[in-house]
Amino acid sequence: MNAAVPALGRALRAEWTKQRTVAGPAWLLAVVVVLTIAVSAAAAATFHCRPGTECPVDTARLSLTGVQVGQAVVAVLAATAVGAEYGTGLIRVTLTAVPGRLTLLATKAVTVTVPVLVAAAGAVLGSLQVGRLLLPRLSLADGQVLRAAGGSVLYLALIALLTVGVAAAVRDTAAALGVVLGLLYLFPIVSAAVSNPHWQRRLDQLSPMKSGLAIQATTNLPDLPLAPWPGLGVLAAWTAAALLAGALVLRFRDA
Amino acid sequence: MTATLLPPPVSSTQPPGPPGFGRALRAEWTKFRTLRGWIIAVLVGLALIDAVGLLLVRGSIGCGTASGKACYQPLPTGPDGEAVTDAFYFAHRTLTGDGTITARMTDLTGRYSSHPGQVAAGQEDSGETVGTQPWSKAGILIKDGLTPGSAYAAMTATGGHGTRMQWNFTHDAAGLPGPVTGSSPRWLRLTRSGDTVTGYDSSDGVTWAKVATARLTGLPATVQVGLFATSPGVLVLTESFGGSSATGGPSTATGTFDHVALSGTVGGADWAGGAVNGDGRPAPLRDGRPLVGSYRPSGGQITVTGSGDIAPAVPAASTSPGATATIGDHLAGIFLGLVVLIVVAAMFATAEYRRGLIRITLAAIPSRGRLLAAKATVIGAVTFAAGLVAVGVAVPVGVRISRDSGFYVLPVSGAIEARLIVGTALVLAVCSVLALAVGVILRRGAAAVAAVVVVGIVLPYLLGTAAGLPDSAREWLLRVTPAAGFAIGQTIPRYAQVTARYDAPAYFPLGPWAGFAVLCGYATVALAIAYLLLRRRDA
Repeated sequence: MNAAVPALGRALRAEWTKQRTVAGPAWLLAVVVVLTIAVSAAAAATFHCRPGTECPVDTARLSLTGVQVGQAVVAVLAATAVGAEYGTGLIRVTLTAVPGRLTLLATKAVTVTVPVLVAAAGAVLGSLQVGRLLLPRLSLADGQVLRAAGGSVLYLALIALLTVGVAAAVRDTAAALGVVLGLLYLFPIVSAAVSNPHWQRRLDQLSPMKSGLAIQATTNLPDLPLAPWPGLGVLAAWTAAALLAGALVLRFRDA
Repeated sequence: MTATLLPPPVSSTQPPGPPGFGRALRAEWTKFRTLRGWIIAVLVGLALIDAVGLLLVRGSIGCGTASGKACYQPLPTGPDGEAVTDAFYFAHRTLTGDGTITARMTDLTGRYSSHPGQVAAGQEDSGETVGTQPWSKAGILIKDGLTPGSAYAAMTATGGHGTRMQWNFTHDAAGLPGPVTGSSPRWLRLTRSGDTVTGYDSSDGVTWAKVATARLTGLPATVQVGLFATSPGVLVLTESFGGSSATGGPSTATGTFDHVALSGTVGGADWAGGAVNGDGRPAPLRDGRPLVGSYRPSGGQITVTGSGDIAPAVPAASTSPGATATIGDHLAGIFLGLVVLIVVAAMFATAEYRRGLIRITLAAIPSRGRLLAAKATVIGAVTFAAGLVAVGVAVPVGVRISRDSGFYVLPVSGAIEARLIVGTALVLAVCSVLALAVGVILRRGAAAVAAVVVVGIVLPYLLGTAAGLPDSAREWLLRVTPAAGFAIGQTIPRYAQVTARYDAPAYFPLGPWAGFAVLCGYATVALAIAYLLLRRRDA
């Protein structure tokens, strides 16, 4: 064994090998890109802007609609990367090799998030490219649009980290996915059912998806429940809480 | 000691040969029942449906004040038990026994707020535009007294739908088409005979055509008869950032009548004018005074001006801004429960593959069809029962809490409430069966959960109801995806004679059972594919 390689580096290489040598993650990353672009294109295609009139829709946001579907595939990828080890009992072997619980969680987080960042960049750029073909007045040179694009990539990376944390806490792929999808999609459904505007705004501010996706808005910014960057901050707070929960469970519970 | 090592005696109730459906069912039920985690998950899902639904009742009170009593006045109830809007101006006299009212209409005009949405109820409206609404009405009316919600029959000219006969709020029959003008007047006639009122119209007063016959059960001997005018609020739909929104503002209609004739035992020397105000909110103001309407005789002509509507109330109708709640609004927690149940159903299928248990299962129950049917029956029955309990609590208790806190909930019949409760439990059961089938197809829990929750049910519903997609795309999503099944939550019918935003979540593009059929179609196809794959693939 090569003692010169520090423990963190070895753990990182081990996790990366696991990710790289299974077919699933690569397929899922491809699905993230294709599904995001396809849904974005479908959303952009249904919108007809009459020529000569002011477009009432936020074109950048519309052409990034696919992120709302792509995030689910990202969650599947992240949940599988952590949860599958518990399903097969591999986690006990992994923990024998890398006894540092926090080291393991950190390496898992890195090896999941970095490929997701790459795929998310491809998905977001592809969606905007399709949007430019279908929608008027959408330019990547616009600072707001750039923020929406960069923020969407960060958003997908945060979703991956959130899922890693939840999966480490609940230790089952399907259950982790249920928790994450519930957290993402149910706040908006509940807030739509609530007609009191005060409650609605508060729920939207708490919602990781509604607040997080505020980063995609380029028009009517004062109407948002939260400004774009603080909105992404809400998602980051949820992610931090999930990672903390995952770390605590991993540290203080036997696998 | 040796006795315990012997194989158990073969029971006479278990004949040799392939196991039947009953035994497969029992085996699968035992597998489900004895896993504590799954039972707990089902109970958690059930609790979530109730807890979220009931906790959010307060959040549904949408007028920004602490108590709903401050802003919601109950709507009147029509003869058939539905909530109605019954607000109009009425120039009336009494009629005892059988009789007839005839009148000629020569004009129907109106005015409406030029900037709807900016004028709140009870506030002054300054700018106005001349024009009628499609369902502005003026005509003749026979009504059981002046109480809002009482039985009536009317022959009316409308702003955009020709001459109509309408009675008891929900009934609407078409007469002569086209608008009323001086050059093409409309003669209207209502004849009362016992419990029945028959409406006629004519363009010349000579040749009359019967429009419809209304049976008004329990109509008293003495009724109010006369001329009325009313006009529902303006409805403006705006597509904007974050979807489209509806705004409304008050409007008025003015009908011009002449050749008014009454036959029968008529009381009173002259017409008495007055507003019937039964739309659950204060009348809008004009020139500092409530806009109640007016009645002006001049020579042989009578003009009647009124505002409001005589129609059934629908959620979020422009004329009844307060009455937006339906009994289904107490089911906000259903999706939270649904995600939990989908996870359980998917794991019920995929857990077998994880540890290779499926090979033992298939050795014991070699018939793939029987195994799949047993699994689907168990998960379907469990989720149906759990859903029935959860929804059966959430709806009646939620409605009770809402009404106790002064929040107006549109009343529905017991049959509709039962359809909502049983139908929602059925939707939960079919969703679980769909998740089970997808679990068998994909053989991976995470993939199955993602496919059903995201692609299948929750995301289409979310995009179809809440997010900022164009209306056509949203309608399409709620028509062709499994989320169409949530159409079962519609409790108030659409009415052709009410202009409103018939929009999700209160209204779906498909009817309650048609939407449910779409969901069942998906579940059936998924089960068929699961069966074929289970037969063709080695476990």
